Amino acid sequence: MPAKTLCEIVVAVGYGRGVVGEQPLIYAEGLVKRFGDFVAVDGIDFQVRAGEAFGFLGPNGAGKSSTMRMIGCVSRPSGGVLRILGMDPVRQGAQIRARLGVCPQLDTLDQDLTVRENLITYARFFGIPRREARRRADALLEFVRLADRAGGKVEPLSGGMKRRLSIARALVNEPDIVLLDEPTTGLDPQARHLVWERLFQLKRQGTTLVLTTHYMDEAEQLCDRLVVMDGGRIVAEGSPRSLIETYCPAEVLELRFADGTPGEYADKLAGVGERLDPLPDRLLVYTDDGDEALAEVHRRGLIPSATLVRRATLEDVFLHLTGRTLVE
Amino acid sequence: MVIALLAARRSAGRVGAVVGRNIGAMRSGPSYLLVLLSGLAEPLLYLLSIGVGVGALIGTMELDDGSRVPYAVFVAPAMLAVSAMSGALAETTFNFFHKMKYARLYDAVLATPVGPFELVLGELTWAMIRGALYSGIFLAVMVALGLVPAPGAAAAFPAALLVGLAFGGFGAAISTYLRGWEDFDLVSTGQFALFLFSGTFVPVRDYPAVLEVVVRLTPLYHAVELLRGLALWRLEWGLLASLAYLVVMALGGLWLASRRLARFMFP
Repeated sequence: MPAKTLCEIVVAVGYGRGVVGEQPLIYAEGLVKRFGDFVAVDGIDFQVRAGEAFGFLGPNGAGKSSTMRMIGCVSRPSGGVLRILGMDPVRQGAQIRARLGVCPQLDTLDQDLTVRENLITYARFFGIPRREARRRADALLEFVRLADRAGGKVEPLSGGMKRRLSIARALVNEPDIVLLDEPTTGLDPQARHLVWERLFQLKRQGTTLVLTTHYMDEAEQLCDRLVVMDGGRIVAEGSPRSLIETYCPAEVLELRFADGTPGEYADKLAGVGERLDPLPDRLLVYTDDGDEALAEVHRRGLIPSATLVRRATLEDVFLHLTGRTLVE
Repeated sequence: MVIALLAARRSAGRVGAVVGRNIGAMRSGPSYLLVLLSGLAEPLLYLLSIGVGVGALIGTMELDDGSRVPYAVFVAPAMLAVSAMSGALAETTFNFFHKMKYARLYDAVLATPVGPFELVLGELTWAMIRGALYSGIFLAVMVALGLVPAPGAAAAFPAALLVGLAFGGFGAAISTYLRGWEDFDLVSTGQFALFLFSGTFVPVRDYPAVLEVVVRLTPLYHAVELLRGLALWRLEWGLLASLAYLVVMALGGLWLASRRLARFMFP
């Protein structure tokens, strides 16, 4: 298929990685997941190539986790095409799972086992010999900085430590693809940064990461490429930077007013910036020059109670695409 | 052929890994080991209190073939069957359910190449190992008390394992239907009814005719029949029927449990 090859060339050049004509590790076309009448995933297309960090971004209920479970071969697609590592997840699930590392949204660590035994036992499920399993367990505990907790139980670990242990467990079979479902949800900022740092290191080593998140900063930090999902569909696709450039001017001016609704002020500020977005608590002005827009606000005789000029983020992209903020 | 053999070997390795997880859990702390040992205490206490204690009041029992044996000899094989049943059910109902729904252990296991059938088979194998420990100790006590001749004990041991397998498969299948912990009251009530009315303490022929028919359809009755027949070395054709009943129950339970687990875990 010449069209597809051309597309792959464009993609390979565009992202500067992968060999031209190389098969994507994950290929989905018109992928659907239904639960009874409810359509969780409504015909999505995407491809994940070797070595990239690919993100599914979207609010709760967007279909991210359902998609991840289909990729993890623990949920049957209801329709469309899904190929993982060139294989069919329905017929070759076990073979595919042997080459995936899965870090679930809720920790599924084994409370009856020690931290180290958790990794060794898990390695055994992949048929890894015990001696090799011990070696990998020790190396991975170093990697996620839990070596000092190796002999202890799982239960007393903090949320961040448990998540790091889950990540270590996902790496025990030296997977081709690591699936991370909301890897830092529920973690405090410090714990998040440590998880990010470890994931970043994995990425540098060339591990293919597929993650879901509803955090903008997470997607911007970790993902080479991402799709924005909403209501089971993909509403945008690209690198974080290109998405922002496509859908938003460079800067955002945030205005808060002491009295009146942001909607009323939107009328008074018509024509300022490229676009105005009144939120319940503040007014966003999308513009290429935030300071100039602020000066115009003052020229029109309006005195905001607080102002902020910042760079546009994925949050703004999402807001623009769906009309809603991401974390509600 | 070669591929099938390799696949079987790989599959056996996965089943072994599931068993290994439970051995690891047992070794990691005293709590699980205590649970394991407590499962042995109950039937032993019944054997001593009812078999030996009440037996002193009753004296001897007439068997189906007209011969008479001391009451403790009559009750002991039934307690062996009960021990095999409760050991297997404890593992495949309470523990299985907990791992499936609350600990979310099976979410983790099934994200690996281990499939639902291998997982259930591994859990059953572990229940068997646990059952073998119970049955072995229980038979040793029976031999020490002179309640069973050594050949009878040797024949009853593998049969006790089959009893465990049958109840284990059945228990795992039941677990997939349980909605919450409150349903365990039903399970333990059912278990207790079986314990009382399966020809354990009284021969079934002494029951009213209707009840006798019902009892002959229930699993513990066949377990008791088989173990009593082998332990007392009263070999009859009826034992084959009980044997077949338990084999079908084991295979059916395994099949149903893995099917149901697959549906629950892979919606």
